[in-house]
Amino acid sequence: MQFKPYAKSLAVAVSLAVMAGCSSSGGTQDGSMDGTGTTMGGVSGQGMTNGQTSGSQMGSQTGIPDVRTIYFDFDKDTIRPEFESVLNAHADYLRSNPNTTVILEGHGDERGTREYNLGLGERRAQSVESYLTVQGVSPSQLEIVSYGEERPAVQGNSEDAYAQNRRVVFDY
Amino acid sequence: MKRMTSLLAGLLMLLCSGLASADLTIEITKGSDRAIPIAIVPFENQGQGNVPEDIAGIVSSDLARSGQFDPLPRESLIATPSNSDEVTFRDWRLVDSSYLVVGEISQESGGYRIQFELLDIYGERRIIGEVINVSANELRDAAHYISDQIFEAITGIRGAFSTQIAYVTAQGAGDNRRFGLHVADSDGHGSQQILSSDDPILSPAWSPDGGKLAYVSFESGNSAIYIQDLASSQRIQATSFSGINSAPAWSPDGRKLAMSLSKDGQPEIYVMDVASRTFTRLTNSPGIDTEPEWSPDGSSLLFTSDRSGGPQLYRYDLASGQAERITFTGSYNSRGRFAPDGETIFMIHRASDGFHVAKKNLDTGRLTILTESTLDESPSVAPNGTMVIFATQQANRGVLGVVSADGNASYRLPSAQGDVREPAWSPFLN
Repeated sequence: MQFKPYAKSLAVAVSLAVMAGCSSSGGTQDGSMDGTGTTMGGVSGQGMTNGQTSGSQMGSQTGIPDVRTIYFDFDKDTIRPEFESVLNAHADYLRSNPNTTVILEGHGDERGTREYNLGLGERRAQSVESYLTVQGVSPSQLEIVSYGEERPAVQGNSEDAYAQNRRVVFDY
Repeated sequence: MKRMTSLLAGLLMLLCSGLASADLTIEITKGSDRAIPIAIVPFENQGQGNVPEDIAGIVSSDLARSGQFDPLPRESLIATPSNSDEVTFRDWRLVDSSYLVVGEISQESGGYRIQFELLDIYGERRIIGEVINVSANELRDAAHYISDQIFEAITGIRGAFSTQIAYVTAQGAGDNRRFGLHVADSDGHGSQQILSSDDPILSPAWSPDGGKLAYVSFESGNSAIYIQDLASSQRIQATSFSGINSAPAWSPDGRKLAMSLSKDGQPEIYVMDVASRTFTRLTNSPGIDTEPEWSPDGSSLLFTSDRSGGPQLYRYDLASGQAERITFTGSYNSRGRFAPDGETIFMIHRASDGFHVAKKNLDTGRLTILTESTLDESPSVAPNGTMVIFATQQANRGVLGVVSADGNASYRLPSAQGDVREPAWSPFLN
């Protein structure tokens, strides 16, 4: 539903991402970009769009970045390259607003056992936390809560639903 | 502020709990070929008024559900004796019944007097003859008691029909989603809501005496472990560390609670002494260590760890402090649960077609998949080890499934509305 406004910019976003991959470090990253770009569709589009706007607003006194969710591959906690710009926007915002705190909510899809999925959700949120602290955000501004598979964004058993549920949400 | 209001709402809900009913129904999905034929004659009502429960019907469905019995359909009963004096054994051999249950019920001083007999048709003898007196609201309990006696007399295994199950319901979507923690009889009847919340509830665990439930609730804004007394509804917050507080598991003596806490970085297994609330950390690995379960003799703990790359089951020996990996088949084995004999464990195992309940014999090392459903989780073993209850999905809805320990029989316990999940089978309660 909320992905609709971003759909049009998806093609642009994906091609930008592929270009970025090529120019930075060649073959291996290229391959992973392809995989995520094609399977993740609208989900990655949401992230890319924000990345573009936030890039131009670097260091400005703007509000909380609009895109507050990033997505993960199955059983993975690595930050997908197309979401780095989203995280950079939040890092900018948090650095500019050192008194602001944010809860990083880690989530997983419903497959597998619930308690183990709590661990996976936490790991994703920690992955975001460490990315942000490397960008200079104070750890005291970040709190992690893992919901595991308990708060799915989307109900259903499709791969698409699973992909939208494996996420970290910025809760300011 | 948001947390304060949700805490208040939680307390309010706690006070109002017990009102909502979320009974589960039963759908038998697979019967066993080796089930023992048994004829259960409707108990003769010797009183004036109606008896509000069909005792023989409840006994019949209990025994059928176990997968070990095949009750004769009522229309196939060749006679309706109410006591052994009225039984002609050779007639019952004609309908291939091995056993016969007959009984009488009468109203007596505000309650009921129930007499029942279990008869061996080929041996032409009475195995059980017993009279029980119960109040009107204990009729279902009386039926489950009778089922327990029959089950044990014939199989040699203690019956678990008088036990209960705890489970979590989730209804509504998005911001209107509500979670409930319930306790019901093992056949899904007589459910009582013991907690209601806007935030997720999971991992209910019965204390060994059946008097308390430990569980995880997110009502404070993060996972926290609570211990609730079922009789008084009073509860305490046992842990609320930063990070994950999850997977409580009682020691067999009820004095300790094992759990998974990530307060020191990643989820590790800890043991809390319930009386003193002191904590001992057991594991120290860079992976996720969670889902602890005590061995029946209390000497070791089973837990899930992905220290090898994916989730596998490990066994931590309390005396040596060493953890040993015990599952090697497949890339995903989690949430191990011991059978009461300590020789067999049940778990969630991922096969090529999805997540199933599986069992592993610790002596032979053999792993057997028990279910055909593909999104199984949260297995919990009946106290007599004959059945495993678990959560699964049916038409995109969460339902409870039960499978026999040999995989030969199964049934489902769907709810009339919403999702049901996180089942926990109680210990023996009588």
